[in-house]
Amino acid sequence: MTGKTFDYAPAPESRAVVDLASSYGLFINGEFTAGAGSASFKTINPATEEVLAEVTEAGEADVDRAVSAARRAYERVWDPVPGRERAKYLFRIARIVQERSRELAVTESLDNGKPIRESRDGDLPLVAAWFFYYAGWADKLGHAGLGTEPRPLGVAGQVIPWNFPLMMLAWKIAPALATGNTVVLKPAETTPLTALLFAEICQQADLPAGVVNILTGAGPTGQALVTHAGVDKVAFTGSTAVGRGIARSLAGTDKRLTLELGGKAANVVFDDAPLDQAVEGIVNGIFFNQGHVCCAGSRLLVQESVAEDVLERLKARMATLRVGDPLDKNTDVGAINSAAQLARIRELSDTGDAEGAERWSAPCTLPDHGFWFAPTIFTGVTQAHRIAREEIFGPVLSVLTFRTPAEAVAKANNTPYGLSAGVWTEKGSRILWMADQLRAGVVWANTFNKFDPASPFGGYKESGYGREGGRHGLAGYLR
Amino acid sequence: MSSSDRVDVRKTYKLYVGGAFPRSESGRSYVISDSRGRFLANAAQASRKDGRDAVVAARKAQPSWARRTPYNRGQVLYRAAEVMEDRREQFVEQLRAAEGVGQRKADAYLDAAVDRWVWYAGWADKVAQVLGGANPVAGPYFNLSVPEPTGVVAVMAPADPLLGLVSVVAPAIVTGNTVVVVASRPHPLPAVTLGEVLATSDLPGGVVNVLTGSATEIAPWLASHRDVDALDLSGVDADTDGPDLAHDLEAAAAETLTRVRRPEPGADWLRTPGLDRLSWTLETKTVWHPVGV
Repeated sequence: MTGKTFDYAPAPESRAVVDLASSYGLFINGEFTAGAGSASFKTINPATEEVLAEVTEAGEADVDRAVSAARRAYERVWDPVPGRERAKYLFRIARIVQERSRELAVTESLDNGKPIRESRDGDLPLVAAWFFYYAGWADKLGHAGLGTEPRPLGVAGQVIPWNFPLMMLAWKIAPALATGNTVVLKPAETTPLTALLFAEICQQADLPAGVVNILTGAGPTGQALVTHAGVDKVAFTGSTAVGRGIARSLAGTDKRLTLELGGKAANVVFDDAPLDQAVEGIVNGIFFNQGHVCCAGSRLLVQESVAEDVLERLKARMATLRVGDPLDKNTDVGAINSAAQLARIRELSDTGDAEGAERWSAPCTLPDHGFWFAPTIFTGVTQAHRIAREEIFGPVLSVLTFRTPAEAVAKANNTPYGLSAGVWTEKGSRILWMADQLRAGVVWANTFNKFDPASPFGGYKESGYGREGGRHGLAGYLR
Repeated sequence: MSSSDRVDVRKTYKLYVGGAFPRSESGRSYVISDSRGRFLANAAQASRKDGRDAVVAARKAQPSWARRTPYNRGQVLYRAAEVMEDRREQFVEQLRAAEGVGQRKADAYLDAAVDRWVWYAGWADKVAQVLGGANPVAGPYFNLSVPEPTGVVAVMAPADPLLGLVSVVAPAIVTGNTVVVVASRPHPLPAVTLGEVLATSDLPGGVVNVLTGSATEIAPWLASHRDVDALDLSGVDADTDGPDLAHDLEAAAAETLTRVRRPEPGADWLRTPGLDRLSWTLETKTVWHPVGV
């Protein structure tokens, strides 16, 4: 290849498909309603800082109202109705998600900052697939290996993060409804919009009132929800610090709890790996979704003999990443979700410099407005560095090296987290040995960041407990 | 056999930690009485240091125990049943003395305890097929879920001194976990004897560690211990341990996201168990690999 390469022309996805209201109420008992208090907040487009809509901040009275509605719906409608009928509602929801998928994808990219390529080709297909998958379980629960007549728990209080807003909603709501529970769900405060559109979808599907309730708000709303006496089951996805607090506040109660928390995954590259594929996997592992991924491959462990080669190829590949407008169909890396998250990424990266690691960032022009962070790697990282131990939740990769498989395993497992791990090698027996040794709930071998509703997902150690997805995902909602 | 003027050789009841039978490092003991209040023995009163030593032993033993083949672990558990059956009279006598039950009831509990070992022994090489398996993902990927032991399990044993104890220990270790168990405080002698059974059943030292003493004293140190992966509160009883212990232990365990199984007052240990005592100390690991030529 010589000389010039073609440059990309802008290829923006149209916003015309999205028609947002200027303000949204809470979705309780099948309808949008004003909050008991007057508190509200604005949700913005992190790529431009433009205000997208005004959203209600639910208080304790609203939580109480939503939990009561969910309880009534559980007792009068959702528990008595046969599984095959519950299934049909879930199939309806899956279909409407597919019908409105472009609108939902564009809204997701607007509110979250993620590239339209990912929301369109990743998040939305998985959302529909999740509802389809669990719809099929609703009338087969006696065959799931959880007893012949498993029973729902009752009202589920669910709190989800901002990194995959609608997908996390689907991971939570689909299995809860399939198993006969009703739901009060709180989306993250920076990404409430697709959850509110999902409330409309529940209306279009004629889902009985109160089966799904959506409360917008921040931490205090979530805390009020998970500690509400009428909630039988809490499902949380988010940071380990918050998850730990929830586990503490549920101690001594009868509430059931599943937690999907942070990670610091090792992505292990052996010297016999197909290096170009491995580099794609490294890039996908840490720069997918701006690194806002709990299972991100944020620690690269590369065998010393190929470290220089891998880093050279990695930098060359990173230089081609297109960072910018999330609605541009050619964009690879979008906006950081919020000013607060950007500040955290900057702070932790600065400790990388301060502790003696060497920073390299992809050469790219960042937009003037909004929240941006260039894809970055740190080399010369040791296991004691904060950037090797703490979850950055951004497009920042810490590179460490190893000599032997045993050393790779020791370093990979040297973390309180245990959500995921990656292995790159051509040797089958080594893949199986590594998969066996790694203390992580998901091991991707010669691939990374793959998700499927049939595949259980969840962590070891301080990455939480319980599994979402697959037959295993039913267990957290049945007794 | 024994002539009336012979003086019995009595046994000192000690802890069972790391395959050895130490006294409590604290030098303390407490009196065990039979159901009529008569002196039976002095049992070691384990301290928090004993608890930590037991966790160290359990952690050290765990990887190699988990690496044994399931077939081998199954045989070791079956061996425990054999040796226990062999000691039937001793256990029955201890149960009668401890709980004041008749021969028939003590026999029934001993039978059930031996059978429970056999039941769980058989699960060793079957549980992965029942709880794991291939996942039909929508793409060209091999995708397999397997259950793995979570690691070190700290157990507050139920008041039922033998059957309850076996019912909580056997399912934890058969899958490759190791255990630190705090025996029933009023009736610890069957637990110590069980330790002797395990020590002669080819179970590697440290896989099961038995502490006698007070759960209220030792459990908080186990619950907050960073090397404990799961905490079984089955035996915690609000009536005898106070209303706050279960809450406090669960809250302490939350600091490291230790898996917690809540108290089970009034559990019927004679009932054939389900899978849940196996599954709660297991992690599910899912492995993906592309399929292609």
